This record gives sequence, C-alpha cells and structure tokens, in this order.
Amino acid sequence: MYAQRIFYAKCVIWALACMPIIRLIWLGVNDDLTANPVEFVERSTGTWALIFLLLSLSMTPIRLLTKQVWQIQLRRLLGLWMFFYACLHITTYVWLDYSFVWSDIAKDIIKHPYVIVGFIAFLLTIPLAATSNAAMIKRLKTKWKLLHKAVYLISILAILHFWWLVKKDVTEPFYYASVLVVLLGIRVYFYLKKVNNQV
Amino acid sequence: MILDNNKRNPSNIVSSEITPREVFENRRQFIKAAGFGLAAGALSTSFLAQAATVVGGETKGDGVLIGRANAKNQTTKATKLEKIPAYKKTNYGSDEKLTSYEDVTTYNNFYEFGTSKSDPAIHSTLFKPRPWSISIEGEVKKAKTISIEDLMKLAPLEERIYRMRCVEGWSMVIPWVGLPLASLVKWAEPTGNAKYIEFVTANDPKTMDGVRVPVLDWPYVEGLRMDEATHPLTLLAVGLYGEVLPNQNGAPVRLVVPWKYGFKGAKSIVKIRFVEKMPLTTWVKAGPSEYGFYANVNPLVEHPRWTQSSEKRIGAGLFAGRIKTKMFNGYDEVGQMYAGLDLRKNF
Repeated sequence: MYAQRIFYAKCVIWALACMPIIRLIWLGVNDDLTANPVEFVERSTGTWALIFLLLSLSMTPIRLLTKQVWQIQLRRLLGLWMFFYACLHITTYVWLDYSFVWSDIAKDIIKHPYVIVGFIAFLLTIPLAATSNAAMIKRLKTKWKLLHKAVYLISILAILHFWWLVKKDVTEPFYYASVLVVLLGIRVYFYLKKVNNQV
Repeated sequence: MILDNNKRNPSNIVSSEITPREVFENRRQFIKAAGFGLAAGALSTSFLAQAATVVGGETKGDGVLIGRANAKNQTTKATKLEKIPAYKKTNYGSDEKLTSYEDVTTYNNFYEFGTSKSDPAIHSTLFKPRPWSISIEGEVKKAKTISIEDLMKLAPLEERIYRMRCVEGWSMVIPWVGLPLASLVKWAEPTGNAKYIEFVTANDPKTMDGVRVPVLDWPYVEGLRMDEATHPLTLLAVGLYGEVLPNQNGAPVRLVVPWKYGFKGAKSIVKIRFVEKMPLTTWVKAGPSEYGFYANVNPLVEHPRWTQSSEKRIGAGLFAGRIKTKMFNGYDEVGQMYAGLDLRKNF
C-alpha cells in the first residue's frame, strides 16, 4: 500500500542526491571551484557522504518516534548514496590530492589521526555496500544485522575525521555531531525503555 | 628603477555582477538559520535546510552547499585600491609564476574576519586601514608612535616576490611591496635588552566580525627573534601587486617572513613591542603541540594534521598534484641563524 509513496520518495532522493555532483561538475567546467579546487572537492564530497550517512541513520528514529515503517525501505538507497560520495571523496584524495603517489598516501594515513579514522571509516563501508543487495541479506540472515551495526562505528569515525581535520573553529563538525548524538540518543532512549518495560 | 605597475588586467567584473551587500548578508542570515536547524537535530529540518539552501544559492565557503563557490564576485574590487606611486623592483622570485590577484585576495586565513577562507574578502569591507599608526613600546630608548605614512618613508619601498607556504599545506607566490623590517627596528632604537619583537594586531569588534568569537585568544600576537626580525628577507608589506594592501590581506601593514609558515605573518599591526623574553604567540597558545614559536617551513617535521613534506600550489589547477616542500621554503640563506638549534624540538 506504500509502494507509490516509496517510489516518489526514492525519486526525490535521487534528484537531490545527484545535485551535489552535478554542481561540482558545473563549477569545475566554469573554473569556479575556488582558489583551492582540490580541497573544495574533497570537502564537498566528504560532507555529502556524511549527510547521506546521517540521513540513512535517521530512518529508524523516525520509526521509533512516529511508528511509521515505510521509510525504512529508503535506508539502503540513502546508504548507497553515502557510499557513492565516500568513493568520490577518497578518489579525490588519492588522485587529485596525492596523484596516486602511494608512498606519500601511506605516510599521510599513518601520521595523521584524522586521516586514519577517515580511512578506517571508508574501509568499513565497503562490506556494507557489498552486502546491501537482497541476495546477501537472505544469505547472511542474522549475521547481516550484526554486520550492518558497523554503521554506528562508521558514523562516529566520520565525525571524528571531520572534527580532527578542523584547525580551530569546530562549529561545522559540531552541527553534524549534534545530529548524530540525537540520532543515536533516540535509539538508546527507546532501547532503555524496552529493557525497563521487560523488567 | 621606478616602475609603472599596471601588470594586472583591469577587473573584468562589471558592477552589476557584484552582489549587493544586503543581499548576501540576508543570505547569510538564512544560512545561519539553516545551520541552527541542523544543530537542533530535527531531522526533517536538517534535510529541508539542505534543500532550501540549494534554492538560497549561497555557500558557507567550504564547498558544502549549492551556489557560487567563490567570494570573488561578491567583494573583490568593490572598492578601488590606491596604487603605490613608486617602488623598486628586485630580483627576489623573478623566476616564479605569480599566484593570481584574485586567488591572493579571496583565499585568506584572517580569523578576525571569520574562519573560512572566503570570509576575509567578504567581511572586511567595514575595516578602516587609514588613518593608522603603530605604537612602538618596550625595550626601546623612547616609546613612540609612527603613522603608516611615515613608516612608508623609512626606507625606499621595494617589490619582493616571495613564496608563501601555509602550515595547512598550500602555497602561493605573491608580489609584495614593502620595506625591510630592519629599517623600522633601526628607527625604533631598541636597547640592549631587546632580544625578541612582539607584534600585536588589530582587534576591533566593530569592524572585525571574527573577534566576537573566542576562536583564538585576541588580539592576535606574533613574534620574531631579533636576528630574524632584522634579516634582510623579513619584510613589512604595505602593498601587493603594486597597490596598497586589501583589508583581507592585512591592511595597512603586515609582516612577511617567507621562510616561515604563513601564520607568522601578523596582519594589520597596531603595536610592536621589543622584549627580552620569547613572546607567547597566539597559535602557540592555541596548540603548543602543533605550532611552535619558530614555525620555520620544514619538510622533515610533520604536523599532526597536514603533510609538510609536500604542498599544493594555489592556482595550479585541479590536476596539478603536489610539489615538494623545501627546507626554509627554499630560502637557504636563513639557515645559519639556526646553527646549533634542534629544529625538531624548536619547530
């Protein structure tokens, strides 16, 4: 009965999710990516990956708060868009920033805490993206649920990645961290409520 | 040689393209509102804010939101800057490719006007760099004050093309106009006790949005050892590209120390104090494990955040890759000042 609603919601997600990349291409073509275009693209793709991560994490709180369930079916699409922007983010880093000089990349990852956590977060998204199709969900059964709990770790690492990158003014990462705290907080609240009710 | 310095093309931005101040300020208000939406953690709000911002067409400066990425169409050239009538050309950096005026004046770290790179160009329009004077204090024969006009007459002005390496891993090549700091030091007549110089910079909440936020401990303070201050490379810059300094680059007078990371270059200097002890500078106070007093460009000393062995040259384009960072930013002649000093400890 929700098929139509889900279809429209997915259309909206696709339309919005395409905009950041179209915008980057547009700005690139017009030579308008600021004085430091590589940093600009890195920041933009990274931020959109984080936004889609937070959006995918917001489907369950919506269910808990409103008792609506249909939106849960949007979670995979949002998660895959997160993976898409995360891939663009790391491609920008490896290609545009470091020109595939692997020794420099290895050094950068090892020596800088914000890069380490970002890199680990990206690695963790790969198995999640790879097991996001229906066949894998069926095959892994309960293990799938456990595996996809990794998203909580990814979200915390992603916030740390942003926070530690910033030199001094943490306003922007603070906004995103606040959203994450609320999203995880709602889960914890309902979990504790459930536990209390069982006692 | 006296030069006519009209090297730069006249601005190709017509006035109709410049966003009126009220318009972009309104947009910024809107962005702030959107930001609070996010902070409130209301999910639908955050999503709508993102979407609405797309319509709003403004950017916060770091490339997140839809809209123009650059500060350039908003401010640069809104006011015409005075040409510096006469200055000597020098050989410094004559083989370097200059960073464009637009990049030099729209990609700035000047936290007094905001922490994003585009903020200083946008938010420095109220700042008044003239009249201006610098107060000379501390270990000098007599405390005194010098006006910017008199300062510019202390020595013949000269153009110096210097590389500027930011601690954040990017660099520019900038044609400064200025005079050696040494000439001011001589004029100030420091006493024998003067071992260091402390530079205190403007801190006016009325014209500098950024100082209302305690991101750093205002006013911004920098410092140099006396031999560094009197080194022939050390410049008090009053202009760039043949014109007086734009506000966002530290008008009316700033420090340029090309072998050190850019943050050593105190902008809009109001006070120069000669002192006996090493000054506690702003970034050292903010992060002593990350920023040192010396802050010499050094590819061998890693920073916890940024790669220091290589750098990105601003203006080189999306696919240019990185270039190797040189010891002392390539200004080897300063090396002898640090003989016997462990530069790993004294970073």
